[in-house]
Amino acid sequence: MRDVAIVGAGMTQFGELWSSSLRDLFTEAALGAMRSAGVDTLDAVYVGNMSGGQFVGQEHVGPLMVDALGVAGVPSTRVESACASGGAALRMGFLDVASGQSDVVLVAGVEKMSDGADVTTVLATASDQETEVYHGITFPGLYAMIARAHMASRGSTEEDLHWVSVKNHRHGAMNPRAQFPKAVTLDEVANSSPVADPLRLLHCSPVSDGGAAVILMPLEQARRITDRPVQILGTGMATASLALADRRDPAVLDAVGQSARKAFTMAGIEPADVDLAEVHDCFAIAEICCLEAMCLTDGCSAADAARSGFSALGGRRPINTSGGLKSKGHPVGATGVAQVIEIFEQLRGEAGDRQVRDAHIGVTQNMGGTGASSVVHVFRRV
Amino acid sequence: MPSPRYWREIPARYRLEGGRCTACGKALYPARKVCPACRGTDMEPINLSRRGTVVTSTVIRVPPDDFVSEAPYAVAIVETPEGARLMAQVADCAPEDVHIGMDVTLEFRKIRREGVSGILCYGYKAVPVEAAVPR
Amino acid sequence: MAGIVGYGAYIPRNRIRTETIAEQWGKDPETIKGGLLLQEKSVPGLDEDTITISVAAGRAALDRAAIDPRRVGALYIGSESHPYAVKPSGTVVIEALDIGPEVHVADFEFACKAGTEAMFVALGLVESGRVEYAMGIGADTSQGAPGDALEYSASAGGSAFIFGREDLLADVVDTASYTTDTPDFWRREGEFYPRHGGRFTGEPAYFKHVLSASHMILERTGLKAGDFRYAIFHMPNGKFPLRVGKTLGFTREQLAPGWVVPTMGNTYSGSSPTGLAAALDVSDPDDLILITSFGSGAGSDSFVLRVTDLLPERKGLAPTVASLLEGPRRYLTYGEYAKYREKIKMNL
Repeated sequence: MRDVAIVGAGMTQFGELWSSSLRDLFTEAALGAMRSAGVDTLDAVYVGNMSGGQFVGQEHVGPLMVDALGVAGVPSTRVESACASGGAALRMGFLDVASGQSDVVLVAGVEKMSDGADVTTVLATASDQETEVYHGITFPGLYAMIARAHMASRGSTEEDLHWVSVKNHRHGAMNPRAQFPKAVTLDEVANSSPVADPLRLLHCSPVSDGGAAVILMPLEQARRITDRPVQILGTGMATASLALADRRDPAVLDAVGQSARKAFTMAGIEPADVDLAEVHDCFAIAEICCLEAMCLTDGCSAADAARSGFSALGGRRPINTSGGLKSKGHPVGATGVAQVIEIFEQLRGEAGDRQVRDAHIGVTQNMGGTGASSVVHVFRRV
Repeated sequence: MPSPRYWREIPARYRLEGGRCTACGKALYPARKVCPACRGTDMEPINLSRRGTVVTSTVIRVPPDDFVSEAPYAVAIVETPEGARLMAQVADCAPEDVHIGMDVTLEFRKIRREGVSGILCYGYKAVPVEAAVPR
Repeated sequence: MAGIVGYGAYIPRNRIRTETIAEQWGKDPETIKGGLLLQEKSVPGLDEDTITISVAAGRAALDRAAIDPRRVGALYIGSESHPYAVKPSGTVVIEALDIGPEVHVADFEFACKAGTEAMFVALGLVESGRVEYAMGIGADTSQGAPGDALEYSASAGGSAFIFGREDLLADVVDTASYTTDTPDFWRREGEFYPRHGGRFTGEPAYFKHVLSASHMILERTGLKAGDFRYAIFHMPNGKFPLRVGKTLGFTREQLAPGWVVPTMGNTYSGSSPTGLAAALDVSDPDDLILITSFGSGAGSDSFVLRVTDLLPERKGLAPTVASLLEGPRRYLTYGEYAKYREKIKMNL
């Protein structure tokens, strides 16, 4: 397999983008990535998108997007893994370049959620329709069950949840592309309206529109394009049952741990080598469970990481310097790629006020449903 | 949901019919073709007991459209004596009272409707044993 | 000889007090309570209907009968609030109770008498030898129009009776039915609430049919009121069954166990059947019981039953009506009641 690098990136603002359609979001992000990489032709495209069909009635999104981009004819496939669609698309793009099949691959993620669809119902299709959704559970409800189980068996508290939101908003306030670029206080989080006990509104990522894209090339060719390519050192994916009732322990995200171990092994690194990570904080409890599963909070419990400053900018291992899904926004299919862009910019020293010093190894972790799928990538500054 | 799919699910929804893997003994609900524990493919039908214990739960305060009139309501993962786990709403109690380890019985209830003109969908809900009827 | 081999009841756990409804409409609670002899009534949850009530009552009946459900050859549900206008309630109930598919199922309708109708037909089928066991269920979640007198009484609940020829808990000694076309209470197709003829529902309707059917059966069996341990009459409110019982010569003691309406309300097709279940709960071997139902439209079914030696050991196998009425329950505000009974227009 060849070494693969990211050579360019582009993304839209994340938020309620009334004037942009699904294809507008893709086109803006893709053009940005191609310009940033200085490439004009593409060998293949992978589009991460959870549900063009349910949100805007549009399937067959692969060819639609390349046509919108003006390059109809290029092989283009939609990749779907619920909220991990973006990460899964990156994995497909990586394998395409690594195998030698393609030299210039665009990996994009895009979601248009604000065009009037019943978002709660659409998002719930990431969980088990027959055994979970049938009974009136919602997505926040499932994560609330995870939170309750975690609090009972592993001692995390509601305050631990508040701190995750506070930290991520503090980061997001420095991200011009974030949906909610403003800080929130512990009190504001603690008093926000209840959604599904114990989760409150400010523990939950928002409904967002957005697109994000990167250009992949083989590493040897990448050096001709840019003097700061970012190499994809490792990719790992794992799955678990959709239904929370079928998991070994509802407080533990086994797929996250497995996907991380696979990616780290491939990359030849240990958790201690990771300088920063973008982790899937769809709900505050998710960040705690993911850090725990990935063993990224050495010396500190995952539940304490935000409160203690371990996972804050300036701390031992900054997590979600982009603002995370909570503050940056969560256009479902785009999230996995947006995480990659944050690490890409951090490793190139282009993260502005959010810059982590001496960032060499960065990780992204993107998860679908309640952790039924998880994709982890490891990146290295070259 | 469209009625053929609902009809296929009647044994599981109306009678808590599941399967037990003859190779490793794991109880599965609903029944499956392949055992997730040992990948065995020989299953015998079992009917779950109509009782269990709460493994975890939440209270839904922002409901989906179909459940607006019922909110707030508790939903729980319940483990039956057979070792199978299922998700169910918890009825006939204050939602805040549902806690991990609570004993429940399972009662036949109307779970949802398909709008004003679609089919009615039935299944089981958990009722805390303290709230169920003494003999 | 055929009779009851199992019986069971189910009453939802929500309640609303008469005064809560009265205060909503600016009426004096004590006047209403005194006039109708109603204290409170049961209210079905949004997740309960005639089908779910029938499953619970049917399960209890099967528990008392101690028979394999597959031996039930017919199942009938009488109700005026079947959840579908077209699609039987009985088919859902048989699947839930693991009865069939070799079973005859039909839904019955005859206002409040549909329950005893289902029982009458179930009995006849067993007596003819066509099936080994047959279940007749009376269950309802009927509506009372807001501000109308029926709002104080229309409640939810039901009872199931399994008939067979062996191991009887109670023999059916005789039956009698009296039916005429009397438009005292009705609901047109598509209407949400029923309508009624006010005082016309009394003498020409309820009393005429209950008395006629009861007289018929007393004559045929040669029995007098004093021969019976208990008597149950359809209970549209607290007063009518007491009055008709007194007219027929029954004492308060004979009427008491079956007189469940003050705390249950009128469960329509479940009314006299649940009264019968309550009486069976406290009966002893050799007791005679009279039950006469009434359904608007109009008609009455009467049964005379004799309790056997088997009843005492089977009673405890399922919840008694008293335990359902006095067990865990929740009292609703009028707003909750209106929400559960879907009297509120939603924007969906």
